[in-house]
Amino acid sequence: MAERKIRVLVAKPGLDGHDRGAKTVASALRDRGMEVIYTGLHQTPEMIAEVATQEDVDVVGLSILSGAHMALFPRIRAALEARGMGEVLLTGGGIIPAEDMAELESKGYTRLFGPGTSTADIATWIEEEMARRRATERAEA
Amino acid sequence: MEQPLQGRPVGDRLGDDRLGEVGQVGVAISSLEDMETLMHGIPMDQVSTSMTINGPAPILLAFYIACGENQGLDPQALRGTVQNDILKEYQAQHAWLVPAEPALRMICDVMAYCADRVPQWNTISISGYHIREAGSTAAQELAFTLANGMEYVRRGVAAGLDVDRFASRLSFFFDSHIDFFEEIAKFRAARRIWARKMRDDFGAQDPRSWMVRFHTQTAGVSLTAQQPENNIVRTAFEALAAVLGGTQSLHTNSMDETLSLPTEKAVKIALRTQQVIAEETGAASVADPLAGSYLVEAETNRLEAEAERYFEEIERRGGVVPCIDAGWIQREIHNSAVAYQKALEAGTKRIVGVNSFVEEGGGKPEIELHRIDPAVEAEQHARLAALRKRRDNARAARELEAIGEACRDGSNLLERFVSAAHAYCTLGEIAQVLRTEFGEYREPKIL
Repeated sequence: MAERKIRVLVAKPGLDGHDRGAKTVASALRDRGMEVIYTGLHQTPEMIAEVATQEDVDVVGLSILSGAHMALFPRIRAALEARGMGEVLLTGGGIIPAEDMAELESKGYTRLFGPGTSTADIATWIEEEMARRRATERAEA
Repeated sequence: MEQPLQGRPVGDRLGDDRLGEVGQVGVAISSLEDMETLMHGIPMDQVSTSMTINGPAPILLAFYIACGENQGLDPQALRGTVQNDILKEYQAQHAWLVPAEPALRMICDVMAYCADRVPQWNTISISGYHIREAGSTAAQELAFTLANGMEYVRRGVAAGLDVDRFASRLSFFFDSHIDFFEEIAKFRAARRIWARKMRDDFGAQDPRSWMVRFHTQTAGVSLTAQQPENNIVRTAFEALAAVLGGTQSLHTNSMDETLSLPTEKAVKIALRTQQVIAEETGAASVADPLAGSYLVEAETNRLEAEAERYFEEIERRGGVVPCIDAGWIQREIHNSAVAYQKALEAGTKRIVGVNSFVEEGGGKPEIELHRIDPAVEAEQHARLAALRKRRDNARAARELEAIGEACRDGSNLLERFVSAAHAYCTLGEIAQVLRTEFGEYREPKIL
């Protein structure tokens, strides 16, 4: 059976209006054959988790350029867990200092991407990560 | 908590004090009290203040005017600028309060009020910067900015203002990107186009109405997180282009801004970059020094022609507001951003440290980062709560009601905001009245 396409939610939490990166990444992932939903601006953590649940996505990518990443990642993680979506691949990027990135990554937000990242690298990483997860699921099944 | 850029009050879905945004994106001015704290000890008739604020600009200007009055000053003595350019918010920066039509009405109210009572105030800084940073080309930045400017002039004239009474208080704000000669040509093209439109199309008689007085900021998007010290060099070239292009004022970005808010040291280097240009290079001593250069003249002509094509297309699509509502301008900008990213990844566009001369480990910086204490958010929250206990709440409620009435009967809103500021109504409360009366803006889906 053909595996379903990877479904990605690209989300902009909070009041941060910088959406160039989010939209560019969303377009690039779509070009790579993923199904991409873009939330638009000004989303609360709960709204993002709700859309992720309704759309049954595999990946949630947050774009945060406001400096509020340390507050937002944990809240969105919690909102996803509260909806039984704790397994979703939560990733993201923006203006996030290296040490914050390391701290968030160590808390299980998988990988985060900073300025200058190529969209091809993001797409490849998502594909590899999803392939690994799906292989693990098959082995367990 | 009240979010400064969009005036989100307690209880609003985005007024949540756990979003971690307060203090990260500017100074939180929630009421006249915060403005008084900010301006304490500063004689307001002796300084010029620039506020980079848009959706809530009329409210912030009201706080400033009220603050000056409390210092015993006539508003005639106040000098400064509010960005107050709402059209580019819908197109690029995305910090809005209400939909375009009521927002444009408030801008006309600001132009009318200031023409009478705060004549030294720059009422709009028509901004291409955010359009460019969102991904546009130089030609699009030029075209959309000037199209927005013409829309404000049209609205002012339609509101019954004499064009020469307000046009000379309009100023501009452009990006200076890394393509050196194209940027210089862009500034020159802006001056040519604006003078022609104001004189020929709008019939402005006063030569000051024809002028493009502009501020420039170097391009934040041209900075790289890789080998960040190289950003000092990029910023210097961009700053020089702005000076050669005739900018009236300049902001140079700091080398560490792709990583966090800048440190004191990085800001000082950025400032010194301007001072080296001003004091040592001689570049600022002559007006339009590249006039007559075959390249710069050809580029100026090209950009001017491209902008004219955009003006025609915008006209054909019904004007700036319909183009925003349809998402057309936003899509044009997005398409350019995607094309830029593709060129970068294909290697046809080269950036040192990112796709050429790359260093092992990404050239990660060993530079110190500026951090905002998360406690400032709670402190601001507490300050607001205390203010609400202390002020005359019945008076504040009456002022808010009067704003609602003015929204409906069309009287000047800035006048109401100044009165409400004196009653210590907060930004969030006033913004909430506006949202209730005018509705919320919903961005068109472009992706």
